Amino acid sequence: MDMALKTARVALVGNPNSGKTALFNALTGAHQKVANYAGVTVERKEGLIRAASGRTLSVLDLPGTYSLRARSPDEEVTRDAVLGRLAGETPPDVVVCVADATNLRLVLRLILELKAVGRPMVLALNMYDIAQRQGLRIDLEQLRAELGVPIITTVATRKRGIDDLVAAIETQAEAAAQNENSWRSPDAAELRTAAREAERIMKVCVRPPERPDTLTGRIDSVLLHPVGGMIILMAILFVMFQAVFSWAAPLMDGIEGGIGWLGGLVAEVIPDGLLQSLIVDGIISGVGSVLVFLPQILILFLFIIALEDFGYMARAAFLMDKIMGGAGLHGRAFIPLLSSFACAIPGVMAARVIDSKRDRMTTILVAPLMTCSARIPVYTLIIAAFIPNETVWGFANLQGLVMFGLYAAGIVSALVVSLLIRKVFWRGAVEPFMMELPAYKTPDMRSVLFNLWLRAKIFLNRAGRIILPLVILLWVLATFPYPPENATMPDIDYSFAGMIGRALEPIFAPIGFNWQMVIALIPGMAAREVAVAALGTTYAIADAENATGLLASTLSAQWSLATALSFLAWYIFAPQCVATLGVVKRETNSWKWTWIMIVYMFGLAYLASFATYHVAVALGGG
Amino acid sequence: MSDAAIGQPVLLDAAPTHLIISVKETRGRRGAAPARASRDLTDTIKLSQARRGDRGVIIQVGAHCHHQVEAVELERRLLELGFVEGARIELLHEGLFGRDPIAMKVDDMRVALRRHEAASLTIKLDVV
Repeated sequence: MDMALKTARVALVGNPNSGKTALFNALTGAHQKVANYAGVTVERKEGLIRAASGRTLSVLDLPGTYSLRARSPDEEVTRDAVLGRLAGETPPDVVVCVADATNLRLVLRLILELKAVGRPMVLALNMYDIAQRQGLRIDLEQLRAELGVPIITTVATRKRGIDDLVAAIETQAEAAAQNENSWRSPDAAELRTAAREAERIMKVCVRPPERPDTLTGRIDSVLLHPVGGMIILMAILFVMFQAVFSWAAPLMDGIEGGIGWLGGLVAEVIPDGLLQSLIVDGIISGVGSVLVFLPQILILFLFIIALEDFGYMARAAFLMDKIMGGAGLHGRAFIPLLSSFACAIPGVMAARVIDSKRDRMTTILVAPLMTCSARIPVYTLIIAAFIPNETVWGFANLQGLVMFGLYAAGIVSALVVSLLIRKVFWRGAVEPFMMELPAYKTPDMRSVLFNLWLRAKIFLNRAGRIILPLVILLWVLATFPYPPENATMPDIDYSFAGMIGRALEPIFAPIGFNWQMVIALIPGMAAREVAVAALGTTYAIADAENATGLLASTLSAQWSLATALSFLAWYIFAPQCVATLGVVKRETNSWKWTWIMIVYMFGLAYLASFATYHVAVALGGG
Repeated sequence: MSDAAIGQPVLLDAAPTHLIISVKETRGRRGAAPARASRDLTDTIKLSQARRGDRGVIIQVGAHCHHQVEAVELERRLLELGFVEGARIELLHEGLFGRDPIAMKVDDMRVALRRHEAASLTIKLDVV
């Protein structure tokens, strides 16, 4: 052990779409930790590498930016990390600026800013193979002389140039001196000067490509065609949804079976009693009810990551911007909202692609209004029990029509709510929509799968940490205290959940809910579809999830049509999912916003159910 | 075939013909220096008024009046994204509804903007 070789801290900085994350993955491989920066919801990715000399390098992948003059939380992290004033972070010894070799103009201006910071620097000219293929000539010697920083050419996806880059980082960490930081936020005049200087360097060092990329233009003329592009986008969405719902089905059945099997196994091993109940009814079935969505989430992310790497996501945002903008949302909000149809958790997490804080908050607040797949079991149960399976208007199935109406209600209310949020909280301020449309690239299968694996890990990690304590809490509420010896009603009626249900009953009476329903809502907070099992429990039907036919006929005998419709209306809006609320708290890093969401969603649910119930009663559905 | 006619020096005596030929030359070279044709024939518009296929050069970024914080911020953001005076612009795509947003080539990079933001950029169209 040579103690003289102290760990070098390296920060990766670059424009968005420069292949910075690919380079980070090539450098650190699987040795990376994903967390959040202290106090902000920006993803912190760090990886350790061991250089040939034996020195350890700790590499930080900073959010992409065009400028150190930050305007979003992500960019603030980049600025503060580079300047060494980020709370809880050690300033970097070396800054590695990652540049797309085929798109140098903007990054040259960023490099001029970075140089003012005075830290030792290395320029990684990434995607150098594409530059060579295009016949783009970069005079590396001249560029090095102009910028005064060592330059390494890399191809991150092929892991080329990585060793040279590590060696250059080490040399800089050792040799280069820290200069005085002379950076300050540039004004418009300084930006113009810097842009002119970047232009001059471009002219001196870079000869335009002999075979420029014409493919991107040709693909864009199809994918961004005003009508054709829209049709293609819809087709892609259709395939995506087909995949999410049909490919995932066997996997989900498998997971459900596995959870059931595990529960049965544990029940055999552990004797009847409290511990068995905690593990089987509490932890295994509670965590299982969220785990079951993993296949859908993975398939969704597979599409999103592959389309993002291809360069399509920016185009989807372009196509949808006008429609989203009508509701006061950013074009980029489209993907998070779309993901929310599978599950609001990945939707809320995907809102990170939106760089403006306001747009991100609005998107997160309305994402749970999208009809997630956990609502489907509730909807199908109630529809099967109360809506006759008949044809209306000669072609439409009434049950299908009601289902469609529930989906439409979710979408319309999300648009209305986001418009209101903008009016109430942001007072009509409009964030500018401006973004680079990156050149198309064939997605690298290995890196897609790697990123998918990272996403899965993050989902399980977050969901696990949030869900586990909550399901235990819900189990305690539904289990204690025990029913008396001569109990005539289901156990849950005597528990805390039962007491809370009865206490809340007067509040829910005006919207047509009976006490059994109110009790079912409490364990139903774990996940929406748990309400089906909980209703089974309160109506004393064992294994209700597999015996929905029996449950449906019981419900249709016990509830009025008005009550059933009111229950459906409740489920459009009510935030009956603690996992989502937990993720919202994490992603917004604010109890205030989490509470705003809880209050407005329960409020809307109550109002909608109240209106639905009374209209239905007035029309004779009572 | 008609391009071949341009190259025939015999026909280049009359001044108007010469002018047209030189314009054609500039159009033929994408990404070349700003049009060398007579200034009288160019048109100065806001980028938000541009249509698909329009080409030109940015002559002003940001409005003259800098009262509002947002306007100052918008100008800086545009500059950072490569919208600087002298950059070449070619409008490539328009959205379906209200021809908004717009996608364009700024020098050698593709960028999308809403027309609302594009209103703070002034461009000089190439002579067509």
